[in-house]
Amino acid sequence: MNLLTVIVLLPLAGFLLNGLLGGRLGRTFVSVVGCGLPILAFLATIKAVTILQTAGPDAALLEVAYRWASFGDQGFDVAFYFDRLTAVMTLIITGVGSLIHVYSTGYMKDDPGYARYFAYLNLFLFFMLTLVLGRSLLVCFVGWEGVGLASYLLIGFWFEDPAKAAAGKKAFITNRVGDAGFLLGLFLLYWALGTLNMDEINAAFAGPVAPAVSASLVGLLLFIGATGKSAQIPLHVWLPDAMAGPTPVSALIHAATMVTAGVYLVARLHGIYEHAPEASQIVAVIGVLTAFFAATIALVQTDIKKVLAYSTVSQLGLMFLALGVGAYGVAVFHVYTHAFFKACLFLGAGSVIHALGGEQDIRRMGGLWRRIPITFGTFAVATAAIAGIPPLAGFFSKDEILWFALASEHGGSPFLWVLGSTASLLTSFYMFRLLWLTFLTPSRMSHDTEHHVHESPFSMTGVLVVLALLSAIGGFFQLPHFLEPLLPMPAVSESLEHYEHSFVFVAVAVAFLGLATAAFMYRGGLARGEALAARFPRLHRLLDGKYYVDELYQAVLYRPLHWLSDRVFLGLGDRLLIDGSLHGLAAITRRASGRLSRIENGQLQWYVAMAVIGVVGCLVWVWRNG
Amino acid sequence: MADTQLLLGLSFALFALGLVGVMVRRNALVMLMCMELMLNAVILALVTFSLETATLSGAVLVFLIFVVAAAEIAIAIPIVLQLSRQRSSLDVEGYDRLKG
Amino acid sequence: MLNWLLWLPALGMAVVTLLPRGRDSLVRSVTFGCMVLQFVIAAILYQRFDGTVAGLQFATDVPWIRDWGVGYRIGLDGLNVLLVSLTAFLGPLVVAGAWSAVRNDVKLFHVMVLFIQFAMLGTFLAQDLFLFYVFWEAMLIPMFLIIGLWGGERRIYATLKFVLYTAFGSILMLAALIYLVIYTHQSLGHLSFDLRLISGAQLPLNTQLWLLSAFAISFAIKVPMFPLHTWLPDAHVEAPTTGSVILAGVLLKMGTYGFMKLGFPLFPEAARAMMPVIMTLAVVSIVYGACLALVQTDIKKIIAYSSISHLGYVMLGLASLDLIGIQGAILQMVSHGLVAGGLFLMVGMIYERTHSRAVADYGGLAKMLPVFSVFFTILTLASIGLPTTSGFAGEFMTLLGAFNAAWPAHLAGNDLPLALAVIAVSGVVLGALYMLWLAQRILFGAARAPHAPLTDLNARESAILVAIVAAIFAIGLFPGGPLAKTELAAQEFQQRVAGATIQLGSAR
Repeated sequence: MNLLTVIVLLPLAGFLLNGLLGGRLGRTFVSVVGCGLPILAFLATIKAVTILQTAGPDAALLEVAYRWASFGDQGFDVAFYFDRLTAVMTLIITGVGSLIHVYSTGYMKDDPGYARYFAYLNLFLFFMLTLVLGRSLLVCFVGWEGVGLASYLLIGFWFEDPAKAAAGKKAFITNRVGDAGFLLGLFLLYWALGTLNMDEINAAFAGPVAPAVSASLVGLLLFIGATGKSAQIPLHVWLPDAMAGPTPVSALIHAATMVTAGVYLVARLHGIYEHAPEASQIVAVIGVLTAFFAATIALVQTDIKKVLAYSTVSQLGLMFLALGVGAYGVAVFHVYTHAFFKACLFLGAGSVIHALGGEQDIRRMGGLWRRIPITFGTFAVATAAIAGIPPLAGFFSKDEILWFALASEHGGSPFLWVLGSTASLLTSFYMFRLLWLTFLTPSRMSHDTEHHVHESPFSMTGVLVVLALLSAIGGFFQLPHFLEPLLPMPAVSESLEHYEHSFVFVAVAVAFLGLATAAFMYRGGLARGEALAARFPRLHRLLDGKYYVDELYQAVLYRPLHWLSDRVFLGLGDRLLIDGSLHGLAAITRRASGRLSRIENGQLQWYVAMAVIGVVGCLVWVWRNG
Repeated sequence: MADTQLLLGLSFALFALGLVGVMVRRNALVMLMCMELMLNAVILALVTFSLETATLSGAVLVFLIFVVAAAEIAIAIPIVLQLSRQRSSLDVEGYDRLKG
Repeated sequence: MLNWLLWLPALGMAVVTLLPRGRDSLVRSVTFGCMVLQFVIAAILYQRFDGTVAGLQFATDVPWIRDWGVGYRIGLDGLNVLLVSLTAFLGPLVVAGAWSAVRNDVKLFHVMVLFIQFAMLGTFLAQDLFLFYVFWEAMLIPMFLIIGLWGGERRIYATLKFVLYTAFGSILMLAALIYLVIYTHQSLGHLSFDLRLISGAQLPLNTQLWLLSAFAISFAIKVPMFPLHTWLPDAHVEAPTTGSVILAGVLLKMGTYGFMKLGFPLFPEAARAMMPVIMTLAVVSIVYGACLALVQTDIKKIIAYSSISHLGYVMLGLASLDLIGIQGAILQMVSHGLVAGGLFLMVGMIYERTHSRAVADYGGLAKMLPVFSVFFTILTLASIGLPTTSGFAGEFMTLLGAFNAAWPAHLAGNDLPLALAVIAVSGVVLGALYMLWLAQRILFGAARAPHAPLTDLNARESAILVAIVAAIFAIGLFPGGPLAKTELAAQEFQQRVAGATIQLGSAR
């Protein structure tokens, strides 16, 4: 039965229909097809889950669509694989995805590219589903690159602005760098195991005979791919720029789904990472460093979406921290809760932007809690969730991450816990800063904007409410436990086991500390914040400049590459050396033949003389050689 | 016969004179005269060999050469005349239009 | 039936020559009809080609010049079946693309197009060395005329460079060829140019190296490989659209086909010895081509340098001597023909409207010409190697093949192939860099173009591009079909060149 293939193909059908016919058949058609097909996919996923549940905790559904290519007696299949991990991811993708599609019908209502938008969004869903449902790394890679494409198209959606188009290009290229690492890891795996099927890969690494390739090397290479896709250091630079796209895109792609692809990859291939302590350690360290540094940058951002973007990078860092210490199920748990509250936050930001007629600078907001109450309410719930305030969803997942960061036998350490907790503190702080400055402080809006403020339509607020609800209660579903048959929890160091509850208290305290500090700093508006920034100007500039990573890349990568290509390869290599030697050869030939042609001087007597010399010469030669 | 050698020597000398004349002299008419000289040298050689071998073939060839020489002069002189009219000079060094 | 395929363009040449002067539309229609007919025949042959049978199919073997052992020997085998299909497929598209672009000397132009089609098909189909050489050289004349008569400003320089460069290589090949035939004369007892008979010759390694070098120079000029590539950008820029499409679509494949059919299998020991050099040059081509594409200002030059880069992948796949790599190389040949051909066709379409090829002259075409932009984006993505396109299939397989060859070498202590393979993988980033930069500049941003407002693609132009895009996706999504037809030949190639060790890419 082809249920999985149907799930994958439904959004593709939406892409084709809206892409080819959408422009001609009007908004309603586009909305119905664009939202309806993802909803159908969601229902189909639920059906698949019910089938899966009856089959047992570590069972999986498998469908082979067709054979892509054969080489001798080996080959690559296009096959789909559905176990509990896939189920969680697919439900998130289709569920939150459908909600965001519905939201988009309100947000993008007046945009002339309506049909194109929904076509691209459906295309994204198709590729994302291919990514998580693919059985082999090859199919996963197809989805992997495909979501990069969809992201490129959607970030640069309003392409008439060259800056936005450039942001899309930056995303694609940065992803590609990661993909190079992914490919190398993939090749190594294929060489060593002869298969790219992820379930078989895990089994091979767990089996009695160690595969012929170092798990750490493979793990590291695949993690490079994950770094690109999930915006970890050093390939994180594309995500903040990606905010150039429409806000629902930011919510779907750059919060809930695409960026979690890296997390999914590592979790899915846990079999490798369980046997790769060095690689896992690197994953954890990069994760926690990203979490920390992104949080510091978010402290000084003034664009509402940029704050959320850096927040996403930071939260992804926490997910990788969990993966690095072997808590794969916990990382997926955070993916799940993060999808809810981050999507809610982004969509809420979209609602704010919509209400303010396009304003995105939080320095020009304030006092909105009365004017757009639903947006405020949902935003507040989501903010509390991300800060880790119990009993909201974020609390559960983040708390587990921090616990395992400290206590896991698979690489946990106090360093990780301290940095992770600091990042959480900063998260709580800057998120509540955002909440206060946007909604609760006295208004700093311009007069026209203030006049304009209105609550968003139901298509938008309805989705916000649903997501806020999920952010609130989602944590009660014990996802790590649900995934445990597939993704076992790491062993916990015995000495620390007793202190688990204390650490929970610490985590909660951290969250409230952030809340309190933010409230104190920003209660009255920007004044205290700006005073603080004035006291540490250089630090502020460093954070505001995002640690100048973009500038570093420009100076160290782009400009030398251009210089090398232009001056050395083109100027020196092609023009001077290669073409130069060719033209030189031609010039030599021309000059030589010029000299030679002087024999033909048109003088009759010269010709006669030459002929005579020739004859004499022949006679002499004959006379000598008989 | 010693005469044969003398005659052949004379023939060779005349031929060489004619050849050098063609190569060295610049006047077109003089070049033609030298070419005639070469032809006459060849005639002398042919007659000498004819006498030597007591056959008639050499003598017959002489007549052929006469005819060829006459035809050649009949065509060459007008050509030289035309050329000289073009450049108002008989100097062959000026005729280098076939230069490559 | 194969003879019909080969000689139909020649017949078309005769017919078109006899058409009265001035009947341009008739000339175009006849040429188009001829091309469509030969595509139909090619499609039928492709369908009927059986990938499980070794050796030549639909073969003809007739003695031609008996005293020299030259025969008219043609046939389809796994190595040329896809390339022949590609040539036949691009034929009608090329003629359709030139429909409104060529206005003077239309008759001569179409005769030349048919001539080139004939020569290209002949080169791929020839199974006799002499015949191969004749067709190889024959292709130069019409190309010379096409670039020289209907080309751009520096067309004389470009076409002379192209012809002289290629001819130089051909002379070396001729010398090697003759030596080879005379050498095998001793063991065979009679002169023969038959490829099958010559393949059996056992030459000493030294001789092989010399001969292979001669052949390799000739083919490397055609591919083109670094450092013998500088004729290509000039030829492409100055050639008319049709010339560029034919050049990029098929002519360049003749070089790689030469390596695959003649160069490596005839001199296996020398080939193995030269593999590090070939692999290095292939990877240098990949990176060098991509880097140079990054700093060009002429759209056609960008695509020309991208061709150098893409064909580097083909050579890498062949040099890997791994089955997946070889299959990938064949697929990449076809894919590049489609993608580069399509891109040049699109450049031609825009050039017809604006007479400018400078990147700086364009902007915001996505707004002005939406249909054009969709196709351009798809072709850009295929060039980058996005999965689901044929470009991905080709690049993925060649890189995998290269890696499968490089990793065992690394384990055995030889790190060069691995370093090369890793550098080649980085080529995917560079590829994205210059193509997306190009797409960015001309499709997005503020709208700007010479002779604006421009009309979007008409039905004819869209139809051409739909055909190409359909082929790209068909191969990208279902490469199994074409690969099944070439598998046997690829295995034979691998066994012959790599020796007894058949690496299927695993160390289990």
